[in-house]
Amino acid sequence: MPVLIFADHADGHFKKSSYEALSYGAKLAEQLGTTSDAVVLGTAKEDLSSLGQYGVRKVYHINNASFDTVDAQLYAAAITEAVQKTGADIIIFSHNQTGRAVASVVAAKLKAGIVTGAVALPNTSNGFVVRKTVFSGKAFANVEITSPIKVVSINPNSFSVQSTGGSAEVSPLEITVGTPKVKITAVNKVSGEVPLTEADIVVSGGRGLKGPENWGMLEDLAHSLHAATACSRPVADSGWRPHHEHVGQTGIQVSPNLYIALGISGAIQHLAGVNRSKVIVVINKDPEAPFFKAADYGIVGDIFEIVPKLTEEIKKLKGE
Amino acid sequence: MKILVCISKTPDTTSKIAFKNGNTQFEEAGVQWIINPYDEWYAFVRAIELKEKDPATILHLVTVGTPDADPIIRKALALGGDEAIRINATSDDSYFIAAQIAEVAKSGSYDLILTGKETIDYNASSVGGIIAALLDTPFISLATKLELNGTTATVTREIEGGEEVNEVSLPVVISCQKGVAEQRIPNMRGIMAARTKPLKVVEPAAIDSLTKIVSYELPPAKAGVKLVAADNVGELVRLLHEEARVI
Ligand SMILES: Cc1cc2nc3c(=O)[nH]c(=O)nc-3n(C[C@H](O)[C@H](O)[C@H](O)COP(=O)(O)OP(=O)(O)OC[C@H]3O[C@@H](n4cnc5c(N)ncnc54)[C@H](O)[C@@H]3O)c2cc1C
Repeated sequence: MPVLIFADHADGHFKKSSYEALSYGAKLAEQLGTTSDAVVLGTAKEDLSSLGQYGVRKVYHINNASFDTVDAQLYAAAITEAVQKTGADIIIFSHNQTGRAVASVVAAKLKAGIVTGAVALPNTSNGFVVRKTVFSGKAFANVEITSPIKVVSINPNSFSVQSTGGSAEVSPLEITVGTPKVKITAVNKVSGEVPLTEADIVVSGGRGLKGPENWGMLEDLAHSLHAATACSRPVADSGWRPHHEHVGQTGIQVSPNLYIALGISGAIQHLAGVNRSKVIVVINKDPEAPFFKAADYGIVGDIFEIVPKLTEEIKKLKGE
Repeated sequence: MKILVCISKTPDTTSKIAFKNGNTQFEEAGVQWIINPYDEWYAFVRAIELKEKDPATILHLVTVGTPDADPIIRKALALGGDEAIRINATSDDSYFIAAQIAEVAKSGSYDLILTGKETIDYNASSVGGIIAALLDTPFISLATKLELNGTTATVTREIEGGEEVNEVSLPVVISCQKGVAEQRIPNMRGIMAARTKPLKVVEPAAIDSLTKIVSYELPPAKAGVKLVAADNVGELVRLLHEEARVI
């Protein structure tokens, strides 16, 4: 039976996390010798057949403007109906904000076992075992889903997008749209920013920056790398930076290709949220800072001297 | 107004994470246990604040756990709340846990059910959504603000690339994160009062687990840091470009 991938979009445009979910679902289907389809809800502003390049055969489009905002109950009901109509028995989500709102509701409606935060393709040689992060990034667990229907949501930036070319058949899907119980009274989107969990590069600052007025140099560095910005917990707690930038065990867990830590000591709770980054660079004036033990590259020195030079060197490299 | 807050017992954030029995079980020896920070700091403290505004509010705590969860429940009761319910079972399956709580929730007819955004051990972020589905009530995830006005909840929640304000009629299930409330420290009076608050133990309903943990792994250790001299920033850029190939 086919794998169904929920391809979510922001205002009609697909994002890296959706391409990751599509690639993951398509690879899983290949591994199981079955086919993969996508389901899209709401108004799309892109050509849906192009999702076929990530390996899906068909795109079911529930083209109804009621789905242009995410109401977990309505979304879950629609996806559940799509699962029943298409006969899918494996449903893939991204473990992003929308996934966190909807995937578990869908799983409960289908009485499906759910694993969130998957970081690799399931091992299907004997059962269906999914590898996920646990202890906020300090370890992995291999979790077997034992129910007939299975729901998996994958961590952003954990599975690479695989584009093989090809085009998908787009097929409209009619479903019953429930009456919304949640009224949206305001939406506040920060445009143009790279979402932290999806960023390839993250530049993060700690208390070593001394105060919010010094973030300019960090932002310049981030800008030169097209990176997202993050911070340690005390920085967010002091109101130097917004809460949604707080990474760590009690904040956001990130896994970019490159994490640059400026003036952060590397407390265990901070490391838990960032230690799945592929490459970690630490700049700290204290050679004994624990972060150096978790780093790949480091400079012992004063960030106020080093960061502006680093930005210059990167601009030089990029020919700007 | 009747509020139910779901709490979970998790290892302290400084705990060394290790496994035993051929990496099939979490090594609990030497671990300090705490209330999952998202449950305590945000969901529960907000519920306490709502009860302070409207003292007629009944505030219950629920956890799925064996008797070794009792010290954590007493710690929570020291912060506030009227009564705790412990469902006498242990599981790491979100569906099992949520379905047990949904049973308790059904018989208690709560207006508002709060959870943390996720636990810091299994990081599932699933229990709230499953409870909502089983009770057929709306689910609002990742709340950063929560106000009650009569039987309407106004919730600010995190969405892709920003936030959104939702209005919803009770009952509702909400998962809470930073912003909803601020951490509180229990005082002596609270600790004394917690001793006499009721802690009801109920036996679990017959519910199947739909997942099981087969094994654990620790991430591979880092090879060691390559240090670059502070006066040679260009070398760091070269290494990141040519060796690590990340810029
Ligand atoms: C339950 C709990 C949960 C927590 N959760 C989190 C979490 O999710 N995320 C998190 O980040 N923290 C968390 N913490 C806090 C954590 O323990 C640390 O206190 C925090 O990470 C320290 O932040 P910091 O590195 O910015 O500050 P500090 O520890 O003060 O470190 C500042 C660093 O900057 C360096 N520095 C200073 N000046 C300069 C300069 N001019 N040039 C170069 N380097 C300089 C110093 O050498 C030092 O290493 C948690 C704590 C608890 C108890």
